[in-house]
Amino acid sequence: MSKRKGKDAHMPVGECITQLQKVLRERFCCQKLPEQPEAVEAQQKHLLELLKRTAVHGESNSVLIVGPRGAGKTMLLKCVLRDLLEEKEVQKNLLQVHLNGLLQTDDRIALKEITRQLNLENVVGDKVFGSFAENLAFLLEALKKGDRSSSRPVLFVLDEFDLFAHHKNQTLLYNLFDVSQSAQAPIAVVGVTCRLDVLELLEKRVKSRFSHRQIHLLSSLTLPQYVERVQTQLSLPGDFPDEKFAEDWNASVKTLCEDKSVEEVFQRHFNSSKDYRSMHMLLLLCLSRVSVSKPTIKPADVLEASRICFTDAKANMLHGLSILELCLIIAMKHLNDVYEGEPFNLQMVHNEFKKFLHRKTSSMYNFEQPVIMKAFEHLQQLELIRPVDGSSAKVQREYQLMRLMLDHSQIMEALQKYPQCPTDVKQWAMSAFG
Amino acid sequence: MTSATMTALLQHSGYEEEKLQRVAEKLPCREVQAGMLLSLMGQPHQHSYPSIFIYGHRASGKSHVMQVLLKELQLPHATVSCVECVSVALLFEQVLLSFFGCDAASLLPRSPSLSDFVRIYRQQCSLSPAKETRYIVMEKAELLRDTDANLLPALLRLQELVEDNVTVILLSEIVWDKFRPNTGCFEPLLLHFPDYSKGELHQILSQDKHPSYSAEFYSSYINILLGVFYSVCRDLRELRHLAALNFSKFCEPLAEGKVKETDTHKLWRNIEPHLKKAMQTVYLREVSSLQWEQMQQMEEKETGTVRGLSAHTHVELPYYSKFLLIAAYLASYNPARTDKRFFLKHHGKIRKTNFLKKNEKTSNHLLGPKPFPLDRLLAIFYSVVDSRVAPTASIFSQISSLVTLQLLTQVSHDDQLDAPKYKCAVSMDFICAISRTVNFDIVKYLYDFL
Repeated sequence: MSKRKGKDAHMPVGECITQLQKVLRERFCCQKLPEQPEAVEAQQKHLLELLKRTAVHGESNSVLIVGPRGAGKTMLLKCVLRDLLEEKEVQKNLLQVHLNGLLQTDDRIALKEITRQLNLENVVGDKVFGSFAENLAFLLEALKKGDRSSSRPVLFVLDEFDLFAHHKNQTLLYNLFDVSQSAQAPIAVVGVTCRLDVLELLEKRVKSRFSHRQIHLLSSLTLPQYVERVQTQLSLPGDFPDEKFAEDWNASVKTLCEDKSVEEVFQRHFNSSKDYRSMHMLLLLCLSRVSVSKPTIKPADVLEASRICFTDAKANMLHGLSILELCLIIAMKHLNDVYEGEPFNLQMVHNEFKKFLHRKTSSMYNFEQPVIMKAFEHLQQLELIRPVDGSSAKVQREYQLMRLMLDHSQIMEALQKYPQCPTDVKQWAMSAFG
Repeated sequence: MTSATMTALLQHSGYEEEKLQRVAEKLPCREVQAGMLLSLMGQPHQHSYPSIFIYGHRASGKSHVMQVLLKELQLPHATVSCVECVSVALLFEQVLLSFFGCDAASLLPRSPSLSDFVRIYRQQCSLSPAKETRYIVMEKAELLRDTDANLLPALLRLQELVEDNVTVILLSEIVWDKFRPNTGCFEPLLLHFPDYSKGELHQILSQDKHPSYSAEFYSSYINILLGVFYSVCRDLRELRHLAALNFSKFCEPLAEGKVKETDTHKLWRNIEPHLKKAMQTVYLREVSSLQWEQMQQMEEKETGTVRGLSAHTHVELPYYSKFLLIAAYLASYNPARTDKRFFLKHHGKIRKTNFLKKNEKTSNHLLGPKPFPLDRLLAIFYSVVDSRVAPTASIFSQISSLVTLQLLTQVSHDDQLDAPKYKCAVSMDFICAISRTVNFDIVKYLYDFL
């Protein structure tokens, strides 16, 4: 392939791969906005119309965008904003305030952030002055003074809206919704959240001032649509510098998606979740295996990526335990079976382990109590076992009650995969009554 | 593994061949993981996934691989240990410091919030935009769960919040399932570092061989060491420490000229009991490494003569305190209904079958001590002490001083003056040693051992 010399449009393969990685990584990692969001035309139109009414006509509005994680809420909002700002008038007129529930953890911080983002007078340099009450009064004053015809509309975007509902007295939400209800400066409040019960979190007075307009992003994707989406996500855009390479790549993606084994993988992923994020993760894992020496994605890559996505983390951790620790886990499993999930302590586990050793003639695992205690504590550090009550200071370590955080099948599966597991340990694990 | 195959695994078009070669040399047995990480990170100027979560057992090379990759390839990075960051302010300061210099770090207010951090980051980032992906490595990330609930979700989507090409890498021993917050978060890319196999451990440990002995000799030593310790411990650091401590003992017969280097069996016979002893002492930190080395020096004495930490727990107690402790032990581990039989002189006839009806599912020495009231403790105490003891203030103060010594624990609330309840918090060995000093046969009085 590298031998091919042709027209000027052709780049060397290495260069092409670099470009390919760049384009696709932007798509998968930093969630670059698509030209046109898929399958949300109605919601997009609705939201655009709503925001336009605020931006152009000075109407106050409030709306909530609700959907599970990775359903494309932020993408929808950003696309709508991008479309909105294309209009000259709006661009000149609209003020934006972006808040995030993760960052603005209380109303004071949120208020400072609002004042800063609106460039109000009490901001000097980057610092905001005044107490919370002063700030709030100042801000409300500024908003009240305005009216529908003369003042510029403000758009408030509240990301992680449900976290704002946990603020004290919900002062910020109350004031924002109150302004949007009364004839003051025109504002639009857009909340983005993943909680479906978000309205139940609001106080009655706050709830009554909210317009109860909700945009739900619940995907009704079918498997063929899912596969199609994967294909579009992987395809190169038309403006890729090397057209020939882009064509080849898109063709190879198409054949990949038609492959039987790959389809099975997609089916499994589709069954576990339909959101963009997990799909992007899978595709990035596939993409990372593309290099100059291997310029296409093979079905084997998809299988491997899917294996990484679906691997059981606890089984992985069990694989790395020492044989002594594994024996302790088997003893715990037996205790769980016999006493039906009652908590246990180190003494009981040791006793169970000793019973196993007694039946054997050779005593290769005859460890002293402190060595066993060390192994037991290691298991606790890995959080494979957990103390029943948190307060551990008053009880001796060997008598502290614990629970096993693994289930039967995980232990048995780990035992099958364990490298050079002694047969008698295996048999011990199999036997129903230890 | 030859160097050719090593670099084959670690090939990436974004980086210089020579640097990758150096990385491969520093990461024995971790080429696959390093290669995978590199391919996920992509070329320096490309975007990388917002957060990567790496989990694996202790000493499986998580931090080491990250450090070597970031240092050798000269990528901009900040390494933060979550143990050190007792407040989030320290964390923010360290990140800003390593990305933008100390001017940026000094911009942080006194008790910064996440909002302040993101604001300053964005501001600095617009002044000096990232040409290459910036990495924030968080070691011991499990401690992030105990801090502010917003910190972990915010870090996971930091790339989106600061709009910069930044990747957060979390390193932990604990699986991701235990991290997930209630309302979900941006899911990181999960990556597992598998444990070293026995062969790999052998290969890595054999690298630090002693210059005055041959490689095969050291390798056979490691073989013996793994034979003893592998079933108990797979921690590379611990094994390396043990290997360094015991090597001089292994070489001893050689220095004396008793055996040749190739005489593996004799060397094994010499070292094996020594290593078994090491498991009970230095592996448990009963004796410190320094003490262990000193013990090896004075070979004529038996190695067990140096008393370990647990041997020092035998405290000297006053005469009555000893009996109080014995009485407390008996009260904790015997059921109250058997007290009459054990401690009353003329207890009448109790049918033996009735008495020995052990319908508890297990003995008390499995379940742990039970709480008992003060009255019962004193009753048993008067019974086991031969002489007449007046219930003076000193007896009661001895009980409370046993509580301060943590030999007894008070179960009920502290403010309860009448009828406080206690538990005995000493082990069987300890109480046997105490009762031997006062010529009291405690086993005869324990219900579990009848």
